[in-house]
Amino acid sequence: MKRHLNNMTALIFALTSGLIFGFGLILAGMANPAKVLAFLDLAGAWDPSLGLVMGGAIAVGLIAFTIAKKRHLSYLGLSMQLPTNRIIDKRLVFGSLLFGVGWGLVGICPAPAFVLLGIGSMKGVIFVVAMLIGMGIYELLESCKKSGSQ
Amino acid sequence: MFIDWNNFTPWSALAGGVVIGLASALFVLFNGRIAGITGILGGLFRPMLRDIGWRLAFIIGLIGAPFIWQLFAPLPDIQIDASEALLAVAGLIVGISTRYGSGCTSGHGVCGISRLSPRSIWATLAFMVTGFITVYVVRHLLGA
Repeated sequence: MKRHLNNMTALIFALTSGLIFGFGLILAGMANPAKVLAFLDLAGAWDPSLGLVMGGAIAVGLIAFTIAKKRHLSYLGLSMQLPTNRIIDKRLVFGSLLFGVGWGLVGICPAPAFVLLGIGSMKGVIFVVAMLIGMGIYELLESCKKSGSQ
Repeated sequence: MFIDWNNFTPWSALAGGVVIGLASALFVLFNGRIAGITGILGGLFRPMLRDIGWRLAFIIGLIGAPFIWQLFAPLPDIQIDASEALLAVAGLIVGISTRYGSGCTSGHGVCGISRLSPRSIWATLAFMVTGFITVYVVRHLLGA
């Protein structure tokens, strides 16, 4: 019973975190692709706003992760799942370089894509579906690679 | 380079950033997880029963945010100029590349830099640079 309650509490915290994250994106202007592109357009009429979004988020994040790193269990008693990989490899660099191309083409990255979905934007739906197909293609390529190397 | 002062919104940007930071803080301190959308979604492709709930809950929160927002205030302007075809291409690229790069703006850009992770700092530099270059090419070289 206690475990069941804990699971429910964890779900409620996850839902609340997603909700607050979404509010932040809307307030920050990150949910507006035109504003994201105006930030990326250094040679045009540059809107530096999103630099401040990153700054504000990281200022709070630095404090939170300093606390989180010292803990083995979360405040709900769940194990801390922080990444431990420190190797900068080709996958990380080329994946991220390519991500910037996709982001720069339309001004949408994964989190705001779901906010656009919630707004009911048809274009948001198209982006999210394509993104999920892209992630599916990644899984397929990875499983082909695995079965090929065996 | 010149700054577009008319559209520069420093206070709402900073406040929005702080709210995003608070959401990430809540998630890591209570759920013990990184609020990285790529990682959260990626896990749904290799589902483990105990693992699906919180992933879906976070995503539902993101989708629900504009609904709840509208109960209290009108949504700000949302403008997507890209064509449907370009959105589909960009979506595919973003889906594949974020999985290869193990993260996106949220996981690397916000949480990763906050953790002072060298991987995330390099990843963020990488996607910012190609983001800038892509917009330069599309807007100023191709003139779209």
